[in-house]
Amino acid sequence: MEGDIAQMGQFIGAGLAAIGSGAAAIGVGHVAGNFLAGALRNPSAAAGQTATLFIGIAFAEALGIFAFLVALLLMFAV
Amino acid sequence: MATETTGGTEAAGMPQLEFSTFPNQIFWLVIALLAIYFILSRIAMPRIAAVLAERQGTITNDLAAAEELKLKAVEAEEAYEKALADARAEAHQIVAEAKAEIQAELDVEIQKADAEIAAKTAESEKAIAAIRESAAESVKEVAKDTAKELVAVLGGKADARTVTAAVNARMKG
Amino acid sequence: MADEAKGGIEIHPMDQFIVEPLFGDGAIHWYTPTNVTLWLFFAVVAVTLLMVVGTRGRAIVPSRSQSVGEMAYGFVYKMVEDVTGKEGLKYFPYIFTLFLYILLANFLGLIPGSFTTTSHIAVTAVLAGAVFVTVTVLGFVKNGAGFLSLFWVSSAPLVLRPILAIIELISYFVRPVSHSIRLAGNVMAGHAVLKVFAGFAASLGVFSFIPIFGIVAIYALEVLVSAIQAYVFTILTCVYLKDALHPHH
Repeated sequence: MEGDIAQMGQFIGAGLAAIGSGAAAIGVGHVAGNFLAGALRNPSAAAGQTATLFIGIAFAEALGIFAFLVALLLMFAV
Repeated sequence: MATETTGGTEAAGMPQLEFSTFPNQIFWLVIALLAIYFILSRIAMPRIAAVLAERQGTITNDLAAAEELKLKAVEAEEAYEKALADARAEAHQIVAEAKAEIQAELDVEIQKADAEIAAKTAESEKAIAAIRESAAESVKEVAKDTAKELVAVLGGKADARTVTAAVNARMKG
Repeated sequence: MADEAKGGIEIHPMDQFIVEPLFGDGAIHWYTPTNVTLWLFFAVVAVTLLMVVGTRGRAIVPSRSQSVGEMAYGFVYKMVEDVTGKEGLKYFPYIFTLFLYILLANFLGLIPGSFTTTSHIAVTAVLAGAVFVTVTVLGFVKNGAGFLSLFWVSSAPLVLRPILAIIELISYFVRPVSHSIRLAGNVMAGHAVLKVFAGFAASLGVFSFIPIFGIVAIYALEVLVSAIQAYVFTILTCVYLKDALHPHH
């Protein structure tokens, strides 16, 4: 491990990009939590909205996956 | 992307970005998808749709039959209820008749008893009246005799007729 | 490169995704039978087993395998009908194909030592690209130029509409990207994490039971993710199809 600045930059960048996964986790938790809060208030309407829930989770998660992808690209492909 | 240069079987970089393998993957994927599509649309889906339709039909028929049976059951129940009500009414009638009969008998007996009682009362009353009469006569006799004796003792000569008249007047008065 | 790892831990989380020829190790041409071919074939076999062999009884009271097949059929049928309406049912075989392929490829990929076809961006890009092209062409065929009203948000104030149109246009073209990367990324991430934990287990000796518990937990999560990603891919396809059939907001 002797002074490869470029490799160090790769690893740091990958680590930073991995933060995005955590941010996506917050987003997904937000979606699911709000759904649950709404569903407990009006349980009869909840069953019809699970599709919307999953779409929302999918959109939130996709952006986290993008961050993960950037990390992977930095680690393996650059 | 740097992977284009690496290539080969060496595990360098992401295999997902090994562009040399893309045509291969895409080719086989398209074949697999077409195979799945034809298997599904030619064999599996018509079969499942037919089975589901048949099941739906069976369920509908069974439901109709069940409905019919339910109607029958309701009818039977109604008949049973009616029979029960009839029986109950009959029983009531019989009870009422018996009661009326008994009442009538009772009335007759009571009347008879009343009549007997009335006859006995009349008889006793007659007897009492006779007794009272005779008692009154005796009192008259005694009073006449007493009055005669009294008149005699006092020195007068008692005229029987006058005494009797006086006693009678007194007894009435 | 990370492969020159240090400290004795040798983890190659991406090795499981390498495409290699089934016979020999020559160059990979477009027609070469590879492990991709093998596992795609297994996916086709699995679909056949589930939907054809499983339902061969055609029973009114279904057997276990038949009811699984019917459940999958009914699930996707209801999804298509709920999201796109009656007109969308024409495209039900297409959507059902996508759903079954993704679901079964995900599950097959969870078999240890297997190869996961859906972890490859080339594969998911074809799936998502096919959906994108189909939906766009369908939108123009069904609605003509009226399809462009999808981008013209008539409920917004007039001033904002051009800006919104640009945003809608961008988001429309990002759709296939996110559609494909989501699936491949989820599957790839799960498998890579499993591999990393397996590497820990190999190097920890006596304490390897700790990462093995982790592997069990993540494996369970991956089973869930496999099903959910298949569902999400399918329902997004339905949503895009609905946009093509009824572009008006």
